[in-house]
Amino acid sequence: MNENNINTQPAILSIENLSIAYDKDKLAVKNVSATIEKNSITAIMGPSGCGKTTLLRAINRMHELYPNISTTGIIKLSNDNIYEMSTIKLRRKIGMVFQRPNPFPTLSIYDNVVAGYKMNDIHLKRLERDEIVETSLRDVTLWDEVKDSLHKKGTFLSGGQQQRLCIARALAFKPDVILLDEPTSALDPVATAKIEDLLVDLKKQYTIVLVTHNMSQAARISDNSMFMYMGELIEYEDTKTMFTNPKDKRTEGYLTGKFG
Amino acid sequence: MNSDKILKYVLFFASFLILLISGGMLYSLIQGSMLSMHHFGWKFLISSEWNPTKGQEHYGALLFIAGTLFTSILALIIALPMAFSTSLFIGEYFRNTRMASIVSTLVDLLAGIPSIIYGLWGFYILRPFIVSIGLSAQGYGIFTAGLILAIMIIPYATSLSNTSIMMVPNELKEAAYSLGATRLEVIWNVILPNARSGIAASYILAFGRALGETLAVTMLIGNANIIPTGLFSTGNTMASVIANQFGEASGLQLSSLIEIGLLLFVITTLINAAGKFIIKKMA
Amino acid sequence: MGIVNKHTKINRADIYPDHFGRRKFKNNLFLGTVIFFSLITISFVFLIIGTLVVKGYHQINWAFFTQTPPDTFTAMMAKSSGQLIPGGIINGITGTLYLVAIASLIAIPFGILIGIYLYENSSKRYASFIRDITDVLQGVPSIVVGLIVYLWVVVHITRGYSVLAGSTALAIMMLPLIIRSTEEAMKMIPDTLKEAAIALGTPYYKVVLRVLIPTSFSGIMTGILLAISRIMGETAPLMLTTLGNPAINWNITKPVSAVPLLIWQFYNDPNMVDLIWSSTLFLMGFVLILNLLAKWIAAKRNF
Repeated sequence: MNENNINTQPAILSIENLSIAYDKDKLAVKNVSATIEKNSITAIMGPSGCGKTTLLRAINRMHELYPNISTTGIIKLSNDNIYEMSTIKLRRKIGMVFQRPNPFPTLSIYDNVVAGYKMNDIHLKRLERDEIVETSLRDVTLWDEVKDSLHKKGTFLSGGQQQRLCIARALAFKPDVILLDEPTSALDPVATAKIEDLLVDLKKQYTIVLVTHNMSQAARISDNSMFMYMGELIEYEDTKTMFTNPKDKRTEGYLTGKFG
Repeated sequence: MNSDKILKYVLFFASFLILLISGGMLYSLIQGSMLSMHHFGWKFLISSEWNPTKGQEHYGALLFIAGTLFTSILALIIALPMAFSTSLFIGEYFRNTRMASIVSTLVDLLAGIPSIIYGLWGFYILRPFIVSIGLSAQGYGIFTAGLILAIMIIPYATSLSNTSIMMVPNELKEAAYSLGATRLEVIWNVILPNARSGIAASYILAFGRALGETLAVTMLIGNANIIPTGLFSTGNTMASVIANQFGEASGLQLSSLIEIGLLLFVITTLINAAGKFIIKKMA
Repeated sequence: MGIVNKHTKINRADIYPDHFGRRKFKNNLFLGTVIFFSLITISFVFLIIGTLVVKGYHQINWAFFTQTPPDTFTAMMAKSSGQLIPGGIINGITGTLYLVAIASLIAIPFGILIGIYLYENSSKRYASFIRDITDVLQGVPSIVVGLIVYLWVVVHITRGYSVLAGSTALAIMMLPLIIRSTEEAMKMIPDTLKEAAIALGTPYYKVVLRVLIPTSFSGIMTGILLAISRIMGETAPLMLTTLGNPAINWNITKPVSAVPLLIWQFYNDPNMVDLIWSSTLFLMGFVLILNLLAKWIAAKRNF
């Protein structure tokens, strides 16, 4: 594995010899080691079934929701081993956005943004809550669109707006890292472009890890790129190098569309 | 006329049978109640006197309505924690496991046990048990009947609830987990709000079942023609009084029993319609 | 695209306590409660069936299946000398089989026809009205069904309690179950199968007979078996329609006994109660076997 151009910024996450198996022998992630830079966008690419989503979910331990999973190796978040933290604390520091927009259909836009606080038994004062809602919605450029309908259900929004609402919900905790699992795969090109612009803006304050099947998206917005194949991390480079001069034949094959 | 047309007509006319039965049912119930309706009018509903003595005949349904409602409501209250837990067990905690399918089969079995068997078991096992722990002298009454009814309606309250719990999209649960929620918090904040209409409908339908249940209740409620005064008071229900007195009744008494049947028909139909309406709105 | 920088005002969430211990405790406590109440629920199945087996197996013998019940005096004499109660419930067993057979004869053909009608016309308003009425019929308390059939058949047709009246009551209770299961089973048939038959110019009645019914056969069968198991233990409607009979009867216009009716008749007779427990065990076993058979057929269909 080549790491020559990575880590111009200080590292925030470091993955060390991570292997994840479903049902004992079926390794979904094989001995992956990598460090992820602070305030950057890291894209994880690879054909479907390559383990990219499992790797992403391992970073906030969402993969543990599946039964019979076994994990070896560690992931450190600023020097703390995440497998020794409580998931409650970990998931506050590492937020997540999913493939399909999933605002809570029974909650209003306002309540969706602060849903994390409610679920975590954190009782906020009204003013503080208003502040969080406004700031988070401004951060995802949704405030102006919804400020007059904060108490309507989130499901009335368009797909792109819903996805931004979900990003706002993750941001409301002010996490260190945001994980996004193919966040634009269910959206139209205009909504996709909006989310991409947003992510580039957000990396000023957050570290972003993005799983994507869309190579041009990775090329457009990511700083560093990982290419995974059959559970292995084949190549990890700064995005420019990877796209112009891939080291591994398999990376090249994938990027040129020979398989995927 | 060709055979295709004949079949189409046969199918169409077969469907008339349903109209005939249900229409005829309503007609016969109303027609049979006429005598009692003329005699007592609306007072039938608010009078709690039931006196078949010749010459002093007077019939009112209130005490039976009260007994039916008390036992059914009590049954619903007792069934609630068990049905709710079982549906979470099958639909969430142990979903798609062997354990869940075993529990689900056993709960289905509970629905398959005939009413008379519940009655017999209640009469010989539950009733002496209630006497032995000193809750009541004879063991008959609202509480015993409500308890056995509760066991009987658990499967009805469970099956639809766990279907609607299972139907809550996984992505919503994941969203909550990703915010740091514990499983309990996911159940409370995501699963229940999203499955609530299905859960409500299942309890309404279970309540409808309880209202019409006959023999198990008849064997345990004590069949005393009084308005129940407490949990361990005896009483009587609409279905029970029909079962007990129909054989020997004639004239005004028969008509009054038919009117009670009509009331029972109307009440259960309304309750079931409410449940079905919620289910339809859900879909 | 402008981002207003107000970020500094939000606190990082990890300054808030996470109440980890308390929340984990609540979480586990709730799981424990759920398991506890679920165990109570299923324990009733074991309690009830266990009681039937323990109290009922003694009397299940040859006489149980071949003789009619003794009178209460004979039963008392046998009991006091420590013997098994002589006699059996042959009148009830034959009666139940007779009632169920006649009820099935009425309900199955009509149920399947109406089920096919609903499936074929699923979008019509009339069909959805029929579907709703069928649901209403399914919810009618069994005692009310008995009452109605008393007014129709006992009073006007057989002029007395009869097999016909009992079977009619049971058939009315079976009908909605068979209609809905037929319709549901047919809905599972892939449209392509039906279209293929129609495209070949097959007449409609042949599509029904050769495609619809055979393909959904196991589903319909499951529904029929469940319906039979549901009505087999029905007692309340039979009390008002067939009354009971101490002897075997095959005359359709005369009263007949049934296993649940015998249980009702003798349940609080201390001399007869042993025979009643056995009758209950027998009835439960029969219902259980039908249920399992239905489940087995339904499971086989899925592969």
